[in-house]
Amino acid sequence: MMKELIVNAIDNGTVIDHIPSHSVIKVARLLKLDECDSTTIMGMNMTSGKLGSKGLIKVRDVYFMPEEINKISLVAPQATLSIIENYNVKEKRVVEAPDEIIGLVKCPNAKCITNHEQLTTHFKVTAKNPAIKLQCRYCEKVIDQDEIKIL
Amino acid sequence: MNSLKQKSLVSINDFTKQQQLMILDMAQEFEKNPRRQILSSYVIASLFFEPSTRTRLSFESAISMLGGRIIGFSEAGSSSVSKGESLRDTIKTVNNYSDLIIMRHPLDGSARFASEVSTVPIVNAGDGANQHPTQTLLDMYTIRQTQGTLDNIKIGFVGDLKYGRTVHSLTMALTNFNAEFYFVSPRFLAIPQQYKDELDKSGLRYAEKSNINEIVEEVDILYMTRIQRERFSDPAEYEKVKNSYELQKNDLHSAKANMKVLHPLPRVNEINIDVDETEKAYYFEQALNGVYVRQAIISMILGVI
Repeated sequence: MMKELIVNAIDNGTVIDHIPSHSVIKVARLLKLDECDSTTIMGMNMTSGKLGSKGLIKVRDVYFMPEEINKISLVAPQATLSIIENYNVKEKRVVEAPDEIIGLVKCPNAKCITNHEQLTTHFKVTAKNPAIKLQCRYCEKVIDQDEIKIL
Repeated sequence: MNSLKQKSLVSINDFTKQQQLMILDMAQEFEKNPRRQILSSYVIASLFFEPSTRTRLSFESAISMLGGRIIGFSEAGSSSVSKGESLRDTIKTVNNYSDLIIMRHPLDGSARFASEVSTVPIVNAGDGANQHPTQTLLDMYTIRQTQGTLDNIKIGFVGDLKYGRTVHSLTMALTNFNAEFYFVSPRFLAIPQQYKDELDKSGLRYAEKSNINEIVEEVDILYMTRIQRERFSDPAEYEKVKNSYELQKNDLHSAKANMKVLHPLPRVNEINIDVDETEKAYYFEQALNGVYVRQAIISMILGVI
């Protein structure tokens, strides 16, 4: 099968590559692509030397602010981002975890006040490499990457 | 200068090492003279959303000795919570009636949340399994009182180290004082990885053991905690291991001269009453120290000293 039949190239926009396949939908939600009118291509379970299997997202004519992109680190810490102009890669960026995560993640501790009162969740990022660790501002529990649930 | 004025005490990490030592120094002054009318113009709210005997009475005793007035409730059933009121609304109401709020609540993180919505300082008297900072400060006070210093002590924690918030908070506080740690517990109630990570990060030494007798002769402080039998899925399993976590007078023969046994209380079976008659037992003095430490905390936060 020809490569271009699997995923079409875009003339201008953003390509997010090296997303774990099971996180593609989560990344799309984090970037609010479900509310976006632009042409969007999502791929899952594609062959990758780096990850074995990977997912990717291409969005036409859409560019993201660094703080939006950094949210991806919660579910796809190894993701890479390319800005495309006239079918060429104009710039490559790596995803970097922010120092704080506000209002994005649910605390997995059932006894945490954030699961009982109306308030915005707030986590401090206590480790970024190799995996992300978050500490809840309220219950102070440290949660691992695989426990992260997006609200 | 009193840097604690109008500051909430939610987590032991909210206060620097210097601020913690300032509280202990002030508590020492209250130990010499615990009855002074310095809070006579203050109203302090004591909101206990879950029952507590020691902590609540210790706070109320501390405030009463200083002439302060106490309003509040000792269980959620006698508050508007039973009518479905949110914690936010309870706090935003009570902060109109008081100069400081002491609060115990069954949910983790409730005290931090309360401190964000309250216009008066919050003192956390226990939020679920998370923090109990006034207990930590009274434990630190007792260690310094019995050992003459907080630096370089060897401390053994025994019992339920997974859910025991006093163990977690005291471990974190002692990372500032170059302590050495022994953790004795059944494997499924072991100290959580997050605390071992912190000790590793601070470069401090610790060891995990399965029997009290392996550490008695090593430690300066033996900090006992209760193991709830209900945590064991099979009661017979508890019977098999209980001697490893229950302290008897006979276990203390090899202890160092300066060694003291502490316990946040209430105890059930983990310290046999025959230990009470030994000079190693110090848990009731520890409970008394709670009054002085809480007097220091409240007075410093209200800025009356």
